Formats: sequence, C-alpha cells, structure tokens
Amino acid sequence: MTRSNLQRHVGQTSDDPTLKVSLTVNGEHVERVVSIRMLLSDFLRHELGLTGTHVGCEHGICGCCTVLIDGKSARSCLTLAAQAQGAEVTTIEALAEEDGGLHAIQQAFKECHALQCGFCTPGMIMNIFGRFNEPQPLDLSDEGIRTMLSGNLCRCTGYVNIINAVRRAAQLAGRA
Amino acid sequence: MSTRQFGARIERNIDPKLLRGEGAFVDDIPLPQPLHAAFVRSPFARARIRSINITAAERHPGVATVYTCENIADLDIEMPLLIPHPSMKHPHTQRPLARGDVYYVGQCVAMVVAVNRYVAEDAAALVEVDYEPLDVEMDLEKAVRDGAPLVHADAPNNLAAHFVQFSGNPDDAFAKAEHVTRIRVQIDRSTAAPLECRAIAAIWDAVSEELTVWDGTQAPISLRGGLASILKLDEDKVRVIAPNVGGGFGQKIMMFHPDELLVPMAAMKLGRPVKYIEDRRENFIGSSQERTQIHYIELAAKKTGEVVGLRDSFLHDTGAFIPYGIAVAQVASTSIAGAYRIPNIWVEFKAVYTPAVQVTPYRGCGRPHACFALERAMDQLAEDLGLDRFEIRRRNFISEKEFPYPREGLLFADGLKVTLDSGQYHKALDMIGKALDVTNLEAAKEKARSEGKYLGLGLAFYVEGTGLGPYEGGHVRIHPITGKVYVNTGLTSQGQGHDTVFAQIVADQLGVKPQDVIVVEGDTKAYDWGVATFASRAAVVSGNAIHKTAMVVREKTIKAAANMMEVDGADIELHDGAAWVKGSNRFVPLAAVATATNPLRYAFNEAAQAATQFAPASRHDGPPLAEGQAPGLEGTDYYSPPHATWAYGVHGALVEVDADLCAVKIQKYVCIHDCGNMINPMIVEGQVHGGIAQGVGGALYERLEYEPSGNLANANFVDFLVPYATEIPNIEVIHLETPSPLNPLGVKGVGEAGCIAVGAVVASAVEEALKPLGAGKFHHVPLTPSMIQAALDRAGA
Repeated sequence: MTRSNLQRHVGQTSDDPTLKVSLTVNGEHVERVVSIRMLLSDFLRHELGLTGTHVGCEHGICGCCTVLIDGKSARSCLTLAAQAQGAEVTTIEALAEEDGGLHAIQQAFKECHALQCGFCTPGMIMNIFGRFNEPQPLDLSDEGIRTMLSGNLCRCTGYVNIINAVRRAAQLAGRA
Repeated sequence: MSTRQFGARIERNIDPKLLRGEGAFVDDIPLPQPLHAAFVRSPFARARIRSINITAAERHPGVATVYTCENIADLDIEMPLLIPHPSMKHPHTQRPLARGDVYYVGQCVAMVVAVNRYVAEDAAALVEVDYEPLDVEMDLEKAVRDGAPLVHADAPNNLAAHFVQFSGNPDDAFAKAEHVTRIRVQIDRSTAAPLECRAIAAIWDAVSEELTVWDGTQAPISLRGGLASILKLDEDKVRVIAPNVGGGFGQKIMMFHPDELLVPMAAMKLGRPVKYIEDRRENFIGSSQERTQIHYIELAAKKTGEVVGLRDSFLHDTGAFIPYGIAVAQVASTSIAGAYRIPNIWVEFKAVYTPAVQVTPYRGCGRPHACFALERAMDQLAEDLGLDRFEIRRRNFISEKEFPYPREGLLFADGLKVTLDSGQYHKALDMIGKALDVTNLEAAKEKARSEGKYLGLGLAFYVEGTGLGPYEGGHVRIHPITGKVYVNTGLTSQGQGHDTVFAQIVADQLGVKPQDVIVVEGDTKAYDWGVATFASRAAVVSGNAIHKTAMVVREKTIKAAANMMEVDGADIELHDGAAWVKGSNRFVPLAAVATATNPLRYAFNEAAQAATQFAPASRHDGPPLAEGQAPGLEGTDYYSPPHATWAYGVHGALVEVDADLCAVKIQKYVCIHDCGNMINPMIVEGQVHGGIAQGVGGALYERLEYEPSGNLANANFVDFLVPYATEIPNIEVIHLETPSPLNPLGVKGVGEAGCIAVGAVVASAVEEALKPLGAGKFHHVPLTPSMIQAALDRAGA
C-alpha cells in the first residue's frame, strides 16, 4: 500500500451553522456551541461523553436512545440538540448511586436476567423509569407491562425476563 | 466446602456495567479527533458503472478524502472466499468498492471520510455515479431457468453451487415405499437485525507501526489474520478488539464487509483515527442476510408410518455473492432427517445467485429451513396415513439405545461425518404432550369456537448439530496480588454471558467465587489462538478448553500449596479463595500461593508478606526456577471436539386465529429442550427465549420485501417488523439434560436452538386451527395475514 509522506490537511470543522444550547443534563448545567442539526443523541454521546444512551435505528422505532426530557421519556435520535434548549435531560448514567449501587430497575434487570447484549437496556430502563416516575398506579398485568414496553425493541431476550424484571422492580421500588 | 457453581443460576458478572450505561460498544470508545466514513451505495440491483465523479464531494468543506476503486491500491480486490467447496462452480465475492459493475442495491461504490458523519453523508450525496441499469430476476425459481438475466456472466442459470449427498439406498426405498408424501415449502428472506448495527474504528500508530481496530465482530482473531494478510502487516502488528457487541446472530461472523478493510486502510493512509458506524438502513441493504430456500421434500413410508426414505431437492438463495461458501445450505442439507431413523436419504441443493445482499449464516444457519421442510412433511404424512402427529414422530424417533447414531454419507459443515451422540427423544415428546394438555384440546377448541376464534395445536421437533470445532483454547492465571483469576479464550460475546459461565467452570476447579473470575475475550492482544463465536459452540469448545486448563492450574496450585504448608498434595483442598489443609484451619490464600510461585517477590502487599511465612512453593536444589518450571499459577490448554454434538428439542404451541382479522395469537408456547448438562440454567433459558422470539419474528412478521427491480422496500424498522413485547407470548421452557458423551463437561450448544422449530410450530398450529374452514396447507413462512386471507378466500370461507 502506498502511504503518502506528506501529512494531509484535514480541517477540524464543517461549515454547518452553529448555535449555543444550554440545558441541564443529569442535574448539571451544560452550555455548548453545536451544529444546528446535531441530534440530541449525538450531543449526549459525543459532546458530553454520555455513551450509555445508544442509537439503534435513528428513526424512532427501536427505543435504544430513550432519555427523559423534562421527566417524560423521549427518543433522543428524533430530537435535535437545539430543541433541548432549556430542558432538563436525564440519561441512564443518572440512575445508579454514586458508589455504583444499582437503581431498583437495574437491580431487577440483573436478578431476572433481563438483559443479554445490553444494547437496548439503557433505553428500555429509561422508558420504565419514566413510567415509574409518573404518579398514576402501574398496570403490572402481563398485558400492562407489555404495553409499557411496546416502544422498545429487544433482539436478545424474547422479553419474557424483562416483563419479570418490571414486576420485580415495582416490588423493589415500592410500586407494586 | 464451596457449593458447585456448574449448574447454578448465577447472576451475570457483566451486568452492572451494562445496566449503568458503562458498556463500551465500538461507537462509545473515545478516540482522539476521529474522522467518520460514509458510503455511496448502488441504487440499482444490477448495473454497469459508466463513470464516477468525486470532484464536488472532495471539495466539500470538512471532507478529508473520497475513495473509489481507483485509489484504494491493494484493496481493489475480490475479497476472500472464506470457505471454498468443490460444489461451487463459479464462486464470486464482492470488492470493497465496486469496479465496473454493481450487483445489488446497497453495494458500496465510494467511501467518503470527513470530520463528522453529517458532513460525510452530505459529501456522499455529491458523488456523481452514472449507471447503466441491467435486467434482473429476483424470483429464485425463475432465476435458475434458461434465459434468466445473469448476476454473473460466467455463472449459467445463476448457479453458484450444486451439491448432492446421500445415505443408504434412497432409490430402492422409494421404489418399495407403500406411501409417498411430497410437499413444497418456502422460507423467505430475513435478516439478523442486531440492535447495534455493525461498527468499526481504527487507529494507526505510525511510530510503533501498529494498527488497532475495534470491530463489533464475532471473529476478531480471524479478522486480524485477514487484515494483516491483506494490508501486508505482521499479525503481531495488528490488534483487533471486539468490545461490548450489541447482538450478532451470525451477521457479525461474516468478514469482510467492505468497511472492515476500508476503515483500517483509511486510518493508515490519513494518520487519523477513522470510524464507521453503520446506520439501520445500511444494515438492511449492506450487511449479510439469510433464509430464502424452497424445498421439494418427499417421504417414503410404510403404511405403519415408518419412514424408510427421504428425498429433498432445494433451492438456496445466496444473494449476489457467496463469500461464506455453502455453509447455510450444507447445514440444512445435513440436518434434513432430523430426529428420525430414516435410513435412506437423498438430498440435493442448488445455491442460486440473485442480485441482492449476500447470504451468510444467521442464527439457525439452515437448521430452521430443514426443520420446517421435514416437520411440515411429517405432519402431512401423518394426515395422509390417518395417524396422530405425536404418533408418527414416536414411531420414527431414534431411540435411546441406538446412540451414537451415524448417518453414513452425510457431511456436516465442519466436514465431519454426522453422528447423533445422545438424546431422549421419546421422553421429550411425552413431556410436551403433557405440558400442552393435549387430552383437553378438543374442549379448548370448542370453547374458542364459541368465542368466534379457531384454536390449533402446533408441534415441531428439531435437532441441532452444535459445538463445531476445530478447536478453542483457554488460558487461566491466578493473579499474585489480588488472588483473582483471569481467564482468556479466543471468542467474543454478544450477550451470551460467557464471562459468567466460564467463571463458573473455573470457580469449581479453583475454589473461588465466580465473581472473582475475570474473563477477557475478544481482544487479540489478550489471547490470539482460537476460532470465533458461532455455531452454538462457545460452551462446548471454549468451555471444555477452559475446564481442562483450570484443572491444570488446580494441580499446580495444590502442589505449590502442599509444599508451602509442608503436607502431602492429597491433603490440600481449594475453597473460599484459599488452599486448605483438609480437616484443619490451616490455609494459605491463593494470592499468596501465586506470589510464592514467583521467585521474585517484593513485599508490597499482604499476599507477598503472607507468602514469606511459608516454606517455598517449589522444592528443589539449584536455581530458584528449576529447569522446565514456569513462574506463577497459570496454564493454557485446548479442546478439539471429535465432531458436532447434537442438541435437540420439541416445541409446541396453542395458537388462536381470528378468521375475520386473519390475526394469529399464540396463546401458549412450550419448549422442551436438551442441551446436555447446563452450566447456568438461567442463561440457557435466556438464550432459548431469545431464539424463540426471533423464531416468532420469522414465523409471522419478518420478511425482506425485495421489489421486482431489486430495491429493498422495507429497509427500516417501520416496515420490517421485529416483534415488540406485545408480539411475543409467555414462553414455558422445560429442561431435559442428557449429557453429551463427547466432551468432559457433557455439554451441548444452545445459542441457536430456540429459533429452529418456531416456523414449523406456528404453521402447523394455524393449519390445524383453520382446518374446519377448509383453509388448506400452510407451507410458507412468514405466515402473514394476507396468506391466511388468501387461503380463506380460496376455501370460500
């Protein structure tokens, strides 16, 4: 293979228009100048280094990129960073204790073997977390849990153990 | 004594990291100022490229460079044919970037490298390609006819391979048959759809001349070999890491997808880290697919139902290229007689080129196809002869006394003879009959009818050749400072829980907690002998290699500890992370034993201080390290299976059909399966659940819709229907454990098991449910509402 000895000049930026966004992420105030078309998922992952939010389809079907925006679960791949101006965003990184102790939902997933490759898991958990934070009682029937999970694809587990985990999490969180 | 870890339902070591969002998938790995690649892909299924103009793209702000076949030098090649086979007549593999012709919608024509993915995609849209479209034939059966447009000019009738295998004397059996049942079955094209698409990143270190590649692959060691060979580097100068990988299901065993060569090349040429993160549409139109086969299967039987001969002739769609050889078709071909004696077999296939994404193994790899053909044929034979579906199977099963049961003449994908090694087929069938409560089936049907629904029972039995060789290795080392045990093998994990099951195996030998066993795989710098994760082989091949190695390290540990405590080796036992003198409270922690076996020890921790209180770990005169002795408590050993070990199982379901909506609802799904001794039943169940869910997808929902022009119409998750939780029923898994006699742990593989039988189960259930309406046969999956509607229309129902 030929390798040029002259180092090629590669710019560091595009000529995309930029804008300043300021928002709260996991309780911390952040301010960044970003391309106007940057997705919130890319902003979280690559601007802030919060790579726990995954991107599985970039068209809003798989749910891997689910985060909470102002307390409600939302697809960060269908949201522009610019749209999150002033919002409060919560990602998977905010759930565990500072010493790494697992949140009730995470603990339940572990006990019930509700994850395999773990790629869909953060989005799945953020969706459940969003529901748990709502004041209405949880419908913990099989059908109720299936409906709760119906915005998140999992390709590994067949969902059976995730359904068990939601029920267990509700117990652990005092929501059963 | 510690309790045995093998067989225990232990939570996974890997989970806390993944649950906290601290997993490290390829796109999560921080790289210094990476550049990003995007591809220009063919919009035509078959076309000649008249010209490519990259000027505008190159000038676009933020673009580093644009590659076509003209400026990739040594990579402008046909990529490797991984598994050659004499049955292949005109084998073709694709080029990293098209030269002259394109062969499917999605084929890579140019690669843009830019400061970010957004800009790279902008610039990709600026590459002008002038195509001259050519005629295509997407229909498999028409593609083999004379005069059909050819995918490759040198492959008449689009024939990629033609292979015949036989066992016994099938002609004689058919000549003497009292009854012959013949059906046609079809399985449509699908895709693995792992939730993490494929991903690759590479860094070239110009000082050390080392290439580091992160690739969400199932086969990092093989990938390293190929990369080193094609990029003309020494293998030791290439490090391939498969970090956390978001599902694979076979798609990621295939190498090379074009990016896997082009991204490392670009990193070397540009002197900057380069990454390519495939998006979902690209995964649909660029990464390997599988499944389409059309079988004509015949069973020759006696009036008693005893099947004396089987003939099967099938077409296998290999897509535009055949880089993985005939693996999928060969596995289907060799698995065709399933769990039945059937002494006379003739099976033929034609692998056919079609101008579509290449076909390489997807979870099941030919087994779901064979199971669908055989089990639907067995149901038909039962009906023809007026026998019960359970009874026809019972009369043909290989019985326990008949193992090992060879099928002379049939060769499996490992090139070895087929010999089914163990099983309790009759027992499994009896168990599912009970679990499905078949004696009350008629009452349940009547109840459904009273609610305007139609209920049917589905049943299918499968066998699965698992644990293919040639070998894997294990490396085990007790760490002198922490006493933790580090274990390496040449695999990768995409969620199977290797880090836990291998830890359980080692924990039993060394008397430590599974949580203190750290398994590192998927990194060629950590361990670089071995094959890869595929063919339900990890537990069988690596599991036994690690088991053998752990026994070696156990012996070393016992010997050293016996010396240290000045007792006989037979008086030492290992538990609770220490070596104990039996029946006493004298012990030495494993960390101290490991420390003592290293003649150089600085007393910088407790283990080292503890070690000094004992006699030496080694007793000999002369230099501190005796001739032939190695420092530390570590070992490496290998396991090479004699041939595949055959797992099996039977699935059954009660399925309700709403004849007005043509909707299918699985009311109850039961799986009896036997993968030999289970290392961790919880993980086994997870594997089975996931396989069944993927099987349900293939049975009812997932079909790639190629238009007659060759365009893939549903290359997204809106239109390609991967099941959500709302589509997957509760699944009852019942274990049966018949040890494999072939390996020390007595294990068989289970990774693919779940998906194999589901298509046959669902089709047989729907067929039975709609029998009262005269809907006829269901021999085609996925079984969609429109198929049910067409069947009901034909029946005038």
